[in-house]
Amino acid sequence: MTDNKPVIEVRALYKIFGARTSEAKKMADAGSARPEILKKTGCVPAVVDASFSVHKRETFVIMGLSGSGKSTLLRLLNRLIEPTYGEVYVDGGDISGLNRDALREVRRKKFSMVFQHFGLLPHRNVLENVGFGLEIQGMGEEARREKSMQAVQVVGLDGYENSAVNELSGGMQQRVGLARALATDPEILLMDEAFSALDPLIRNQMQDELIELQARLHKTVVFITHDLDEALKLGDRIAIMKDGRIDQIGTPEGILTEPATDYVRAFVENVDRSKVLTAASVMKKTPTVSTHKDGPHQAVRNMEHENHSSIFVVDQDRKFLGLVTIDDAVKESKKGGRSLDSIIRGEIPTVEMNTVLRDVVPLASGSNLPIPVLKEDGTLAGIVTRAALLSALSAEGDAA
Amino acid sequence: MISIPLGHYFELIITWMTDNWSVFFKGVENTVESLIDFFEMIFFLPHPYLMIAVFAGLAWWATGWRKYGLALFTVIGYLLIMGMGLWERTMQTLALVLVATFIALLVGVPVGIWSGRRDSVERVVRPILDFMQTMPAFVYLIPAVFFFSIGKVPGAVATVVFAMPPCVRLTTLGLKQVPHDVLEASDAFGCTPMQQLFKVQLPMALPSILAGVNQTIMLALSMVVIAALIGAGGLGAQVVRGVQQLRLGLGFESGIAIVVLAMYLDRITHALGSKSARKQKG
Repeated sequence: MTDNKPVIEVRALYKIFGARTSEAKKMADAGSARPEILKKTGCVPAVVDASFSVHKRETFVIMGLSGSGKSTLLRLLNRLIEPTYGEVYVDGGDISGLNRDALREVRRKKFSMVFQHFGLLPHRNVLENVGFGLEIQGMGEEARREKSMQAVQVVGLDGYENSAVNELSGGMQQRVGLARALATDPEILLMDEAFSALDPLIRNQMQDELIELQARLHKTVVFITHDLDEALKLGDRIAIMKDGRIDQIGTPEGILTEPATDYVRAFVENVDRSKVLTAASVMKKTPTVSTHKDGPHQAVRNMEHENHSSIFVVDQDRKFLGLVTIDDAVKESKKGGRSLDSIIRGEIPTVEMNTVLRDVVPLASGSNLPIPVLKEDGTLAGIVTRAALLSALSAEGDAA
Repeated sequence: MISIPLGHYFELIITWMTDNWSVFFKGVENTVESLIDFFEMIFFLPHPYLMIAVFAGLAWWATGWRKYGLALFTVIGYLLIMGMGLWERTMQTLALVLVATFIALLVGVPVGIWSGRRDSVERVVRPILDFMQTMPAFVYLIPAVFFFSIGKVPGAVATVVFAMPPCVRLTTLGLKQVPHDVLEASDAFGCTPMQQLFKVQLPMALPSILAGVNQTIMLALSMVVIAALIGAGGLGAQVVRGVQQLRLGLGFESGIAIVVLAMYLDRITHALGSKSARKQKG
């Protein structure tokens, strides 16, 4: 999903509001908290020592509560807010040194932005709003119309292109905002709480559509949210911010399973883990028998050794075939059979490595057997037991 | 007890300006005078019936073709004015009001834009506007006479000073009411300051600016009578004569003519304003 070239690289970025910034920076570096710094220097450190990189085609989510500095951090990326210290590299070039004209050019060509309250122009219709970025770049009317129409279609607003934007619902208005951002075909989409003002149902729908769009368009997305569920759903990687500092950067699973600070831990406690954790994160190794070398007798011995009443069967490439029960194996072995082929039960439910636990649960509740987890090539990676499932889904239990 | 002869200093300044800036004032006088003459010519030349038809047509267009109330009112109102024998004086007043409004907008809108975009400018402009609005209107007449002697021009200039503040204020207000995220969006897409002004701020401030235009016209009309004291002519002169000679009927008639003119201009600018507001509200 990502490749290694960073599109955005942020190094030791600070935004300190106030006059005595160097003093405030020293205090922040020494670990002082915001109220203390404000009291002593009169400065508010909105973003402190942020360093991260965003890779091409990645959806990078910055998550934090209000006042955590996440929106400020986003605006430092395209210098809507000027950084106090530190550098921002976009495609390898430092943008903090650019003059106004060069910066404007970067904003026109590389970035697009989607806003929480849409930021649409009420005196223009949908199509004119979508074409705004192109118009600013000086594109002619014909070409602009065509490109805007394409963007309108991408977000599913065809038929509404001549509507006044104020006649549209919130969700539709944000589609206009998204289309406006996509129309200029930017490399990077900055989305500032883009779905936070929408109804939960619409929000969910827009999230799904963003994921779908992203699968087609492969933009580099920096998404701001205060909603952890949204972060976990959309993000390839997530940065969690608190009081201007980044507490942890990691994949959704990494953050759930290995929270780096107490703050992050407290945060992820209430998350619906079943939507995020995958079968791979809770699976265990399991003994197997292999058709090319093991017969019924060996299968019985293995089962007795493990104290199980069944065992999974693979072929010589570890491709998953099914399972044999101890009853069948004993019978076959008494009959003198030497092969397992005739007693393999193939019709058992399996899951893939990246199946989320929510989809594993119904399978587990339908049978007493552990669920086999297969790799993409059909080989057996491990199993998910009910016990592992339960402990992973309970908030305290660290996943297997 | 200290004494501060502020009025004396003011006199000195005005006298000095009259003596030294006479070329400038002469230029202003000529420009304003020819503007007023030009408008009077336009209003006088056609037959009154033709002008009434034009005014009514304008009203019809402004309110939208479905509504004809304002157009009807225009016809009746102006016929009344004609019937009272005040047509010429009404057109003189209209010309004066339009020229004063035109100049007030020419200065007021840019100043309003400037102070809407820069807080530092607004801090300077606001007290000046307060001064212009609260200083009794009669007081403007004195320096106006010094600079331009008596007649239409000082009347127009005094009217401009009196009528400009709402135009500046409402332009500034309109610009400031543009939501922050819209401005941020235009910045994020790489607008130049001029693009931001003309594609975002001014279109969104237009209803407020038009409200300012309306207010300016109304104030200009209300100044007409006062300006007549220094010979601005028109309906105001009739009112003044009515007062001075205690001619009840004359005063009433010219008063009615002013009311008709005021209602006509108010309704038309109001209709234009709500036209642009409708476009935005959807």
